[in-house]
Amino acid sequence: MSMTTATTDEVAEEPPAPAAPSDQRERDRMRRRLARRRGGGWWPYLFLAPWFVGLFGLTIYPMLDSLYLSFTDFDLLTPARWVGLDNYTRMFADDPVFWDSVHATLVYVLVSVPLKLALALGVAMLLNRDLKGIGLYRAAFYLPSLLGGAVAVAIVWRQVFGGDGLFNDFLAWFGIKGQDWISSPDSALYTLVLLAVWQFGTPMVIFLAGLKQLPKDVYEAAALDGARPVTRFFRITLPLLTPIVFFNVVLQIIDAFKTFTPAFVISNGSGGPLDSTMLYSLYLYKKGFTDLQMGYASALAWVLFLVIAGFTAVNFVASRYWVHYDD
Amino acid sequence: MSALTPNASPLARLRSLTGSRRILVHTLLVGVAVVMLYPLLWMLSSSLKPDTDIFTHPGLIPGRVRPENYSEGWSGSGNSFSLYIVNSLIVTIGAVIGNVVSCSLAAYAFARFEFRGKRIWFGLMLGTLMLPTQAVLIPQYTIFYNLTWINTYLPLIVPKFLAVDAFFIFLMVQFIRSVPRELDQAAMVDGANPWSIYWRIILPLMRPALITTTIFTFIWTYDDFLHQLVYLQQNDRFTVPLGLTLFLDQTSGSSYGAMFAMSTLALLPTLICFLVFQKRLVEGMATSGMKG
Repeated sequence: MSMTTATTDEVAEEPPAPAAPSDQRERDRMRRRLARRRGGGWWPYLFLAPWFVGLFGLTIYPMLDSLYLSFTDFDLLTPARWVGLDNYTRMFADDPVFWDSVHATLVYVLVSVPLKLALALGVAMLLNRDLKGIGLYRAAFYLPSLLGGAVAVAIVWRQVFGGDGLFNDFLAWFGIKGQDWISSPDSALYTLVLLAVWQFGTPMVIFLAGLKQLPKDVYEAAALDGARPVTRFFRITLPLLTPIVFFNVVLQIIDAFKTFTPAFVISNGSGGPLDSTMLYSLYLYKKGFTDLQMGYASALAWVLFLVIAGFTAVNFVASRYWVHYDD
Repeated sequence: MSALTPNASPLARLRSLTGSRRILVHTLLVGVAVVMLYPLLWMLSSSLKPDTDIFTHPGLIPGRVRPENYSEGWSGSGNSFSLYIVNSLIVTIGAVIGNVVSCSLAAYAFARFEFRGKRIWFGLMLGTLMLPTQAVLIPQYTIFYNLTWINTYLPLIVPKFLAVDAFFIFLMVQFIRSVPRELDQAAMVDGANPWSIYWRIILPLMRPALITTTIFTFIWTYDDFLHQLVYLQQNDRFTVPLGLTLFLDQTSGSSYGAMFAMSTLALLPTLICFLVFQKRLVEGMATSGMKG
């Protein structure tokens, strides 16, 4: 109904289209008027309506609700009961498992992200040349990051690093006797780190696209000046690539904080052995949905949100000092 | 990539390697590829072996082939695996339609209109890209609980119709910006309103971005274990990832052959997508990293 009125409005305002748009100036004027029209009245809001509902209904309101719940005792079935800061004091002062999960998560993030990005950049550099079969290599390296989130892959991983798994067969070639890497609290987390590193394909593809855009003349000049490959890498490639390094660092850190599936599958949902694979998301899930302590889990969620926001903010601030923007 | 000319520039010489170095690079790359793909090949080969051979004969070619792993795994969790596949299809198809529709609408608005607060809204949209889903999981759960949507597929599908996957909005905005504005303007001169420009010009031209969105939404929704775990509790509603974990629980992870067989089957849809759309997936990911 309202749509038809709007259309008639526009038609009414619009001068009749010139029968013969031969006059260039007339056409230009028309174009300018149309450009002003890009404001489009309420059209953009109509197109954005679903997104607005999602933004407010499924993001902003839930964030606020979660903040409120974090100050309550809430088990979903009975109304939330205000407990002030109890959840937060309990978390920081009185919950050793919380600290176990913080520890596991920080190790996981700080080890897996640099390794993954270094491998991604290294392989992208290898691929950034005229080689036969580039497409094939790129595809092979990308495949794991497409599959990596699947439960099935985590199941396979559990067997690869089990006592009689593939990894120990490999070590046996070198005469090393392995152990059950999954059930040892010292190594279980590192099997998850390896699983993350195995998925270096996504940042690699992004690096590769970035490498292809680097200005060629700089390299030609450097090559003519006899700059060695190492020099070229540190003096030209890396500085020019910093915006993409930055992009990848931000995204991979956020991704690593969110990791849930492999920790759940490898530990059978327990986060064990000895909480060594209790990644933060897994702990949050257990508190919220296994123990139905949804107030406490909301507090955990807010802490996660603040930590990720903090990491991202630090990244953005630090980027002023190391990211090189051309324009 | 430009072809090498006979009198190549210094750069071209730099990039094209001499014989021995070329072999070195290929060896390195093949080595990495083998390490990367070996676990998957091992899974496939183990899915065809008798349980007793899996860990004692770790080679890739099965000595004895036991196809029963597949038939036993198929019904191994108490439900037929086909039930999980159908359920996963319901969720993924719903999510794909939701994302394609809602994200393209939002992207068109962001790419083609000027409106009050556009920069702020756009910034918020990019901000939600960085918001961890876990941060809103519990309040979203209470919303869907109050709507009595637990144990239905609605909590997994409806949010997609509300464009919550900002990544795809961003992808499509980038794409629409590359479509010449003259096309819109010409249509506007002919009296087309924004809706018909969206429907008749932008959407058809956006096909590549829509296909990329479809494939990624399919794969990511199919693999989205956390939300399925939270919202689906009755095992006749289970999807493929949940069916797999149920199978693990019921066999306590001890019928290895069948477990590998079902893992292989569970990865098959993603693998097929990958084989068919490999190039588009890689490029879709690559362009998302570029500044607009």
